[in-house]
Amino acid sequence: MKTLSKVYTMLIFVILYAPIAVMVLFSFNASNSTGVFTGFSLYWYKELLSDPATLSALKNTLILAVTSSCIATIIGTVAAVGISKLKNKHTQNAIMTVTNIPMMNPDIVTGISMMLLFVFVSAKLGASQSLGFGTVLIAHVTFNLPYVILSVMPKIRQMDRHLTEAAMDLGCTPFQAFCKVEFPAILPGIISGAIMAFTLSLDDFVISYFTTGNGFETLPIRIYSMTKKRVTPDMYALSTLIFIAVLVLLILSNVAQGDDKKKTRRAKK
Amino acid sequence: MQNKSFMARLMAAPHIVWSILFIIAPLMFVFYYAFTDKSGAFTLSNIQQLGSPSYLTIFARSGAFALVATAICLLVAYPLAYAISRATPRMQKIYIMLIMLPMWMNFLIRTYSIMAIIEDTGFVNTLLGYLGIDPIHMINTDGAVIFGMVYNYLPYMVLPIHTVLSKLDNRLLEASADLGCTPMQTFFKVVMPLSRSGIVSGITMVFVPSVSTFYISQKLGGSSFDLIGDTIERQFQTAYNYNLGAAMSLVLMAVILISMAIMNRYSDDEGSVVV
Amino acid sequence: MKRIALIFTALVCLFLCSCGSQSEKKVVNVYNWGEYISDGSEGTMDVNAAFEEYYYETYGEAIEVVYTTYASNEDMYAKLKSGAAGYDVIIPSDYMIARLIEEDMLEKLDFSNIPNYANISEEFRDLYYDPSNEYSIPYTYGMVGVIYNSTVVDEADAGTWDLLWNSKYSGRILQFNNSRDAFGTAMYKLGLDVNTTSESEWRMALEELKAQQPLVQGYVMDEIFNKMESGEAAISAYYAGDYLCMTENNEDLCFFYPTDEDGNYVTNLFVDAYCIPKGAANKELAEIYINYMLSEEPAIANAEYIYYASPNSAVYESEVYMDDMGEEAMEILYPEDFSFHENYNKLSYHNLDSETLQLVNNLWEELKISSATGEVVYVLAILIIVGLIGYGIYHAVIKRKREKYYI
Repeated sequence: MKTLSKVYTMLIFVILYAPIAVMVLFSFNASNSTGVFTGFSLYWYKELLSDPATLSALKNTLILAVTSSCIATIIGTVAAVGISKLKNKHTQNAIMTVTNIPMMNPDIVTGISMMLLFVFVSAKLGASQSLGFGTVLIAHVTFNLPYVILSVMPKIRQMDRHLTEAAMDLGCTPFQAFCKVEFPAILPGIISGAIMAFTLSLDDFVISYFTTGNGFETLPIRIYSMTKKRVTPDMYALSTLIFIAVLVLLILSNVAQGDDKKKTRRAKK
Repeated sequence: MQNKSFMARLMAAPHIVWSILFIIAPLMFVFYYAFTDKSGAFTLSNIQQLGSPSYLTIFARSGAFALVATAICLLVAYPLAYAISRATPRMQKIYIMLIMLPMWMNFLIRTYSIMAIIEDTGFVNTLLGYLGIDPIHMINTDGAVIFGMVYNYLPYMVLPIHTVLSKLDNRLLEASADLGCTPMQTFFKVVMPLSRSGIVSGITMVFVPSVSTFYISQKLGGSSFDLIGDTIERQFQTAYNYNLGAAMSLVLMAVILISMAIMNRYSDDEGSVVV
Repeated sequence: MKRIALIFTALVCLFLCSCGSQSEKKVVNVYNWGEYISDGSEGTMDVNAAFEEYYYETYGEAIEVVYTTYASNEDMYAKLKSGAAGYDVIIPSDYMIARLIEEDMLEKLDFSNIPNYANISEEFRDLYYDPSNEYSIPYTYGMVGVIYNSTVVDEADAGTWDLLWNSKYSGRILQFNNSRDAFGTAMYKLGLDVNTTSESEWRMALEELKAQQPLVQGYVMDEIFNKMESGEAAISAYYAGDYLCMTENNEDLCFFYPTDEDGNYVTNLFVDAYCIPKGAANKELAEIYINYMLSEEPAIANAEYIYYASPNSAVYESEVYMDDMGEEAMEILYPEDFSFHENYNKLSYHNLDSETLQLVNNLWEELKISSATGEVVYVLAILIIVGLIGYGIYHAVIKRKREKYYI
């Protein structure tokens, strides 16, 4: 039974990683085929790094992910604290239901609904171009918000309310009590919400696809338009680089967490 | 006390305004476009058009594809999640990281590389050719599209199930064994019912993107048959028929929200979404 | 956790820096077909970068070319009509230009800013879509032909449109993924007028396309390059210039223009032309861009990169260009005894009236959604649903039993 489950797990991982392995392999292909390997070369990496459009797409993606996750984290955290303190349970439920809509709706519906709004409003305002960085940013903040709120909310619920009261009894103003007691308690939730928002925004294609105009291309959109044209292995080179970056980040964060744990263990001793 | 609830409202206010502007209002526009024609006059013809057999076929087809893909995902993911949850905590962490790693690659890239692999002249068939085996035709078939869905969304099924299973109390399993259950019975009577909330959230997280996808069917199905996502995308990007596209999105949204409500009731647990 | 927070702060700083450095540059937004410009890949000339440089040298001001692409005229139209994005230069095909003019979506060009218009051959003036030469300047022209892989296709089968309907090559045929060109292939095959307004004729074409559907591997536009070059697909109709591009990577590919019994061409002859859409933010800059693209160096670079025939005398009279292209390519692009003007009137697509357009749109939808797919998926889906319902009932029964037991 044990070996069977091991074999099964391995098999799934092989299937899961086969396309990625093939992609990495062909990013080093000497010819421009994505099916037949003719020889090792770094040519496509050179091509990729000399392509300004891809580099600017990378920059755009990072800017977008950072801004949207920051805004969503701020609005979301404040809102989560506010919502949890609302007296009326019905209002609370209503707000949460609306908040969860972008999470439950298919991306394509969220994308086109926002596009319709932007196009309609800007047509009424007579703007020459309705879609661009601003609209993509708004869309990303919107679909990031529920994830932030959902990861902050449980931390607030877990927190002992008496602590805040105690702090205020001891002479804190409500604001000080928030900063010194509540905020540190919910910080892990905020951080995991922010990271979640960041990665979702980094990875999003469908919503950006419908809400972006010309002049603002994110990496996934760039990849999409690359696969609509003649595909050369430079796309594979790009994906390989992304893969390596993610791998390194994940390993680093794991090592960092391991370090943190060791430190706390030592401190306990 | 008055002051405190005022503060709470003030803090929630930006989010509420944001939600009204960018969640409720856009959905209102979907309604608006779905029930008007190009000149902006009220009409039911968009919705009526969706009642025609050919559009009903698209809905049925998308539903069938997504359903089959979700079922396969569940069948593949459950044993995997179970196996992972039985490993040591350290190994569990590594396994979960390995499951999540491909998710960090954009799904467009993953789909495209699947295409490059299973093409008639792709990697698999080239390999088979070297081995002297006749090529297998895989691309542009229903199976290819379903494989694409399963491949892309498998982690969404594994993760919530694993979360639930890893929290499972071992003593329950021991107790069930002590009371005379075979491992099989323990699995069906104890493990399965306790992991239901994970299964439910896994199913929704796989079904929703599968039913609305358009890239996977374009690349792995050769754009030769439409899923609902393809049809919606074409209304907006090519055919310039926003009204029909909005009507289709509206129906899609309604179907999904209703089935999710049913699902959540079905999972008599709290139905919490575990990510 | 702390480190992650640190990384996060670093990213925020990076973002603020990059925001600060972004200055208000003048921008020209160019919206063109995919694979339709010399973009600097693999050692070619990057004409957009060259224009930025040229502008800086001539006018002493740094500008930026924002270049985006579309896959078909219809995609371009949808984007333009929605007002979602503002463009300064677009390059639609003839029938689409006629439609845009009719819907008042194009600006009149100021030819005093475009002296290089003189390079355009007389043959390419006064064409039906822009009879008074006010809105457009031709970029390229060419004909649709059929490309086939000679290792798969028997040469005896080639020569007419029937090749795309030949069941011998089932599963290896590609069809256009845009309504006008796809219907075109069917109508040429049936000998219909591609500009007809008769509904029954369009429906006949639809039936022909539906008959072709089981044989078709996919409906594609520029994805065709990879599929034909790798040998994945063996037969497709596409634009002549693109064939020349493909043979560079796969020498087995052959090409023909479909003809009737008398040897007359039965295919589409098109012109793609520079236009400026209404509401362009920077019309003068757009005109300077067009003018630059008509000058010798970039025009030759483009023509050599994309392999389409050029109406620009600075290109087609250039010895360098002719040498670079080679005799075979020149023969395909500029057939002998081929009077453009005469053929254009016979072989071009015209803009259809709005009723017919609507019809074609609906028929195209019908084609795209009609295809039959495997019953296996449906059967499986039904089994799953039945299983779920069964489980639900079983569950309910058990529950009721248990409740009884406890009571």
